[in-house]
This record gives sequence, structure tokens and C-alpha cells, in this order.
Amino acid sequence: MGGYAAFVWPAYAVTLAVIVLNVLWARRLLRRAQAAARRRLASRGEP
Amino acid sequence: MDFTWFHRLGSPPHVYRLAQRLTPWLAWPAALLILGGLWGGLVLAPPDYQQGDGFRIIYVHAPSAWLSLMVYTTMAVAAAVGLIWRIKVAHAAAASCAPVGASFTAAALVTGSLWGEPMWGTYWQWDPRLTSELVLLFLYLGYMGLRASIEDPQRADRASAVLAVVGVVNVPIIHYSVTWWNSLHQAATVMQLARPKMPGSMLVPLLLMFFGFTLLFGALLLVRLRAEVLDRERANSWMRGVLAP
Repeated sequence: MGGYAAFVWPAYAVTLAVIVLNVLWARRLLRRAQAAARRRLASRGEP
Repeated sequence: MDFTWFHRLGSPPHVYRLAQRLTPWLAWPAALLILGGLWGGLVLAPPDYQQGDGFRIIYVHAPSAWLSLMVYTTMAVAAAVGLIWRIKVAHAAAASCAPVGASFTAAALVTGSLWGEPMWGTYWQWDPRLTSELVLLFLYLGYMGLRASIEDPQRADRASAVLAVVGVVNVPIIHYSVTWWNSLHQAATVMQLARPKMPGSMLVPLLLMFFGFTLLFGALLLVRLRAEVLDRERANSWMRGVLAP
């Protein structure tokens, strides 16, 4: 990286971490919302 | 003119199903474009004649900064639609934008600092572009904090929407800060497609990253929107159909 590796790789690592965390976070949010919605429907007698 | 499609966007079941169908059509092209952009930016693009390989930070910094502005504008438009037409799905969309926008604003600031140190000799400077981008991060955090602090969802929607709409004034300030004031930050490089300042071998990977990040935001927004719609609809019977295993 021509002497810039200490700056270039951390920049890529931070951005990729933000992308991966966003994907995992969104999927987890949806799974939790679906589970909570299923519980609410089941408590109303609508499985 | 037929506005039925617009009115249907206010229907939570329709929006949920539409988001479910559209997500893979955004997520997979986003992954391919980002992988292509990374390969082009790290391997194919030649070193810059002044900045050497340090310029390669542009391939993650500029798309993150683009998302920070584009997501805020999307959030403000959705919030305004929610305020004006009292469409709950629009408020849900605005709320879904904020965490994504905040994280990419933070990424833009961190990657910008990592680019600033070797080029300007400092990680941070109270420069108009950097400071206005930091204000954008505070606007996102303020929006999320305000929503979290109000228990009544409708009041939270209205109050946070006002903040989102007022805060959008910062978006043109960020964009034009480098021309309105003296700035360490370089002037627009990419937002001048009529007169691009980069050769094709550098520009094409950057454009792939811009389109990839934009589609990624679309996919993240749709997934988050589905979660937000389910939370707001509580135990509505239409949900049985979409939650069936």
C-alpha cells in the first residue's frame, strides 16, 4: 500500500464492519419483531 | 393521473409484502456491486499521482459520506410525508432510516480522519465540511434519542419528524461547505459527471461502490421497515398470512 497501509486497511475494516453489523442488526430486528408478533397473535387465539 | 399506487403505500400489509418481495432484488445486486467496487478500488485502480495508494480510502469514504446525506434526505422526506398526510408507514420508514444513516455517517467521519492524517497531517480539524458532517451525526442521534424518550408512538412520530425536517437544512450546507468556505477538504470529485475529474479506471470502481451502497441502504431499509410495521400493527389479523412458517 505504498506506506499507507496503516490508514487504508483500518478505513476498509471500519466500513466493512459497519456494513456487516447493519445487515446482522436489521435481520435480528426483523426476527425479533416476527417472534413478538407471533406471540401477540397467539395470545389473541390467532396462531 | 392514477395515484392508486401512492395510496397503497400507506397500507401496512401492502408495504410489508412489497418490502418482502423487493429485498432480495436490492440485496444481491448490492453485494455484487460492492465486491466489484472493492476489487476495482483495491486491485485494478492505479495509485494516484499525488496521494499514492492513500487515495484508495475514497472507495469507502465517499460512498459512506454519500449514504449519510442520501439517507438523511430520505428520512426527512418520509417524515414530512408522515407529518403532512398522517401516513404511519411513512413515519415507520423515517424511523428505519436513522440507525443506518447514523452508522454510515460515523463511518464517513472515521474513514475521513484516517485519510486526513497522511494527507493533511491531522486526524481532525474544525473545518466546515468535517464540522457539518459531525452535526449530521448529532442530528441522527438526536432523532433516535427523541423517539426513544417519548412513550406515545404518535407523539414520538410527530416530534421526531419535525426534527428530521428542520435538520435537512444541514444537507446542502454539508454539500456546498467546500465551495462556500475555505476548506481543507477537496472539492467535489464525483458529483460532476459532466466533467469527471478522475480517469475511468478510478471512477468506475467508485461508481460501483456508490450504486452498491445505495442498493444496500434500500435493502436494509426494507428489512427494518418490515420489523417496524410489525411492531406498530401489534396483533392485526393480516399478519397471520405473512408470519405463516
